[in-house]
Amino acid sequence: MEADPHRFTLDGRELTARPGQSVGAAMAAAGIPSWRTTRKDGRPRGLFCGIGVCYDCLVTVDGAANQRACLVPAADGMALTTEPPALGTPALGAPALGATPPGPPAAAPADEPFDVAVVGAGPAGLAAAVAAAESGARVVVVDAGARVGGQYWRHPAGSTAQQDAKRFDELRRRFSTGRITHLPSTQVWFVEPPARTARDDRGPATLHLVPTTACAPEIVTAPAVVTARRLVLCPGGYDRQLPIPGWDLPGVMAAGGVQALLKGHRSLAGRRTVVAGTGPFLLSVATQLADAGAEVLAVCEANGLSGWARQFGAAARVPGKIVEGVGYAAAALRHRIPYRTRTAVTRIDPDASGARAGRVWLRRIDGDGRLSEKMLPPLDVDLVALGWGFTPSMELISAVEAQTRVDVDESLVAVVDASQRSTVPGVFVAGEATGVGGALLAVAEGELAGIAAAGAEERLAGRVRRLRARIARLRGFAAAMHATHPVPQRWPDWLTPATVVCRCEEVSSDAVRAACDELGAGDVRTVKLMARPGMGWCQGHVCGFATAKLAAAATGRPLTVDDLRPLAKQSLCAPVTLAGLADTL
Amino acid sequence: MSSGDLPATVDVVVIGAGAVGAACAYFLARDGFSVHVVERGQIASGTSGACEGNVLVSDKEAGPELDLALYSLGVWNGELAEFGELWEFEPKGGFVAAATPAGAAALRDLGVRQRAAGVEAVDVAAADVHTYEPCITDGLTAAAYYPQDAQVQPMLLTAHLLRLARGHGAGVSTGVTATGLSVDPRSGTGERRVTVVRTSRGTISCDQVVNATGTWAGELAAMAGVEVPVLPRRGFVLVTEPLPRTIHHKVYAAEYVASTQSSDGALQTSTVIEGTRAGTILIGSSRERVGFDRTVSLPAMREIAGKALALFPALARTRILRCYHGFRPYCPDHLPVIGHDARAPGLWHAGGHEGAGIGLSVGTAKLLAQSMAGLRTDLDLTPFAPARFSEVAVDAC
Ligand SMILES: Cc1cc2nc3c(=O)[nH]c(=O)nc-3n(C[C@H](O)[C@H](O)[C@H](O)COP(=O)(O)OP(=O)(O)OC[C@H]3O[C@@H](n4cnc5c(N)ncnc54)[C@H](O)[C@@H]3O)c2cc1C
Ligand SMILES: Cc1cc2nc3c(=O)[nH]c(=O)nc-3n(C[C@H](O)[C@H](O)[C@H](O)COP(=O)(O)OP(=O)(O)OC[C@H]3O[C@@H](n4cnc5c(N)ncnc54)[C@H](O)[C@@H]3O)c2cc1C
Ligand code: FES
Repeated sequence: MEADPHRFTLDGRELTARPGQSVGAAMAAAGIPSWRTTRKDGRPRGLFCGIGVCYDCLVTVDGAANQRACLVPAADGMALTTEPPALGTPALGAPALGATPPGPPAAAPADEPFDVAVVGAGPAGLAAAVAAAESGARVVVVDAGARVGGQYWRHPAGSTAQQDAKRFDELRRRFSTGRITHLPSTQVWFVEPPARTARDDRGPATLHLVPTTACAPEIVTAPAVVTARRLVLCPGGYDRQLPIPGWDLPGVMAAGGVQALLKGHRSLAGRRTVVAGTGPFLLSVATQLADAGAEVLAVCEANGLSGWARQFGAAARVPGKIVEGVGYAAAALRHRIPYRTRTAVTRIDPDASGARAGRVWLRRIDGDGRLSEKMLPPLDVDLVALGWGFTPSMELISAVEAQTRVDVDESLVAVVDASQRSTVPGVFVAGEATGVGGALLAVAEGELAGIAAAGAEERLAGRVRRLRARIARLRGFAAAMHATHPVPQRWPDWLTPATVVCRCEEVSSDAVRAACDELGAGDVRTVKLMARPGMGWCQGHVCGFATAKLAAAATGRPLTVDDLRPLAKQSLCAPVTLAGLADTL
Repeated sequence: MSSGDLPATVDVVVIGAGAVGAACAYFLARDGFSVHVVERGQIASGTSGACEGNVLVSDKEAGPELDLALYSLGVWNGELAEFGELWEFEPKGGFVAAATPAGAAALRDLGVRQRAAGVEAVDVAAADVHTYEPCITDGLTAAAYYPQDAQVQPMLLTAHLLRLARGHGAGVSTGVTATGLSVDPRSGTGERRVTVVRTSRGTISCDQVVNATGTWAGELAAMAGVEVPVLPRRGFVLVTEPLPRTIHHKVYAAEYVASTQSSDGALQTSTVIEGTRAGTILIGSSRERVGFDRTVSLPAMREIAGKALALFPALARTRILRCYHGFRPYCPDHLPVIGHDARAPGLWHAGGHEGAGIGLSVGTAKLLAQSMAGLRTDLDLTPFAPARFSEVAVDAC
């Protein structure tokens, strides 16, 4: 039976939300595409990534400015405003958000470090925590999400519509036996890696924590700091984006974000949709949209599919994946979704209101992304889902200064050994952050990392061997997928000078070009200092890859690790209030 | 443009493409020298890409540095005024706040000395501080307003000065490291002087070399066998979320003046706050002598945050998105090194400006260009003379 809906207001207008639904999802479902305008050019903004990465959806919640609407769970009586409150007297004396909560933290005696701290409770983090705890370690899990599952398992508890529901239920059962300390709705904003001390070359690591949103009551019981002898970083990733003209209009969303709304919040952000980018994930989003009642006018896959035939060897070793792919293809057929290969959405125009996506322009492209002369007829839509695969969140890995490399898909990833050890002693990495490869791979890597972090590798040698074989097989599959779905090298051809590259700071492609051509910026860090892409709220998560590509292209080089690192490195892994910072332990 | 071929011969090689090197390149090229700039990293990849961009007279005691600051101000507001928009020059004014009776008295006295030196300083009574800064704390004892203080965007400044220099024929090569200087006897006179700059990409013959390598100036000077004691002093700055205009001036605590002059090696922080055009607020700053340690320091950030909060309690819930740090180039006597180095003829220094190298860059460069042209300089450069550190030339290597 459905619980009563929550009632909240946006600038006084009454809205309702299902229990568990975020205010952002509820607003989008109510047909409100945007609730703020940008500082510089006054562009309307609403949901984009849907998972807390892009900060496009900022809104004031009960007087707390700049909260991510996609993450704030709706509650009765909540008052949202599009205008931020005046800074000054009202905030005086208000409780300092992110400050050390009063009283001794219940879960973690400050002087006794945990054996293992896992960051992230997605497939990798869950598996790591369970494996480490079952190997006898005292484990704490810090996760930005309100409930476990990460970006993959996001259905409300008990739902059967979940991918791999059995595996998740099993992991969740083993996770919840009481021996793992779970800190939900909590973000790590700063990490001090295991320090080398005189007595022990691996003194404990320290994680500094803030609540994910100012409106998460759970945090009150969470300690502001957690220490642990080993770290397992499982931060996952998010949709990779390539800017195109009009991609910052409300009604254009990351493909994963569209799906997150559907699965996690049962919210449909539009009725007439086009899904575009590359990768098998597009089909899955399209079928889920169709299942939810939306009309999918086209799925535009930038690449041809002949690649799959060549890569069939790798795919055949993972039959489950083939079955999954066939399932989506069959569903797409059933819904009569037009699937166009070698086709890209190259421009999105606003509707009559000017404040929402209304029309998409499709173009045929060649294998390198060169545009064909002929324009295809445009499609009228109210939702566009864009995705170019996923890319890992690298700020935690960069913060501990673990070595990174460029993966086959051009993402920056952590270097790990056969036991998921990073190059920093005592720090393990598992899941998307070692190379985008999907949930099954993340689970296997997490399990291995958990075992290794708990020091149980030798005792569990057989299981370790099986895990390694499984990881190798799944990696092979992932590599085949990446080889079939590369980012079109000529994508910069699709941009106009005015195309927004950095959504936060509203940096145009021309400003990036000018930084290179006129101001002499020869690398991405210098482009960032001169033109400001990556300097805003999301700290380069969304535009980082594109900016790196453009900077490399401007200097006529292929993308290297040095292009990706500067925008992945962040001094703080999440925003923290001034008062919270002042109170840091 | 960046890493084009090196010229075989030029009049002047400028080493370092920070604000100071860029300004030198501009003034020298404009005054008719053929100039080539070599930079081992990228434009503004040194301290000029990790600072705040204040152009201040308020934080300086009466003396040679203040004279240079006032001279520079004249350059900013004079011949460079037409370019101000390129580097976001903003004459926003400075606001210095004292929180104790002793601090108030010291601030008043400083103002008296500064006014005598030509600075505009307006005493502000405690009761009036909110007319200048509405969000500032109530607990102040006195304040001073400095209408001449200004701000620039230092990376844009550096890049545009180089662009303008290129317009006057200068060349710029990035990714090229100066690895050595040849000091040879001149044919004819037999005078030993710097004649060749060796780089990672080849050599350039020249008449003069400008050492504008900032915090690394000591290394470069050593290549000519002379000592210039420039050392790093690390500083952290916090950057907030973008906000509507909240802080109207460059605001800092009166104790800041003392800390700029201090030689203490331990962590010191004093509040320096300003809004930027991008809407973010920059909150500084710390001063530590820890060599070139690049680890992000939680204690430094925490102390900066605590003090900023005391000055602006309304910022309690404002979020910090990132922080950065740079290494100020400082000399033991806290004065820059500007001018010809008599110990190694042909070598010029322009650096060691510590926490003021952006503001002082243009005055420094204009004076250096005058001196190199053999003209009488508008300001006496003696207090900044390189030879003040040692009179003895070390043998060239
Ligand atoms: C929006 C989206 C939708 C997707 N949908 C599908 C799908 O339908 N099918 C499919 O096969 N794959 C999908 N994927 C890919 C799939 O989610 C991943 O392959 C899988 O989740 C990887 O698991 P993981 O444990 O590495 O990371 P994740 O599941 O991403 O988990 C990482 C967790 O770490 C947390 N975290 C990150 N940084 C911090 C920090 N600083 N402090 C605290 N917590 C932090 C995150 O909030 C998250 O909860 C999707 C990915 C995204 C981004
Ligand atoms: C936190 C902080 C805040 C600050 N705030 C202000 C402020 O508000 N106002 C102000 O005026 N000043 C400020 N400063 C000080 C100011 O940043 C410096 O004084 C100024 O940037 C120095 O400029 P520069 O050109 O001398 O040095 P740099 O900018 O460091 O340039 C020197 C260049 O030389 C290059 N180089 C070195 N060796 C070689 C070699 N062998 N070959 C080729 N190239 C070489 C380096 O790569 C570097 O790019 C601040 C500094 C810090 C750290
Ligand atoms: S949509 Fe909320 S952060 Fe991206």
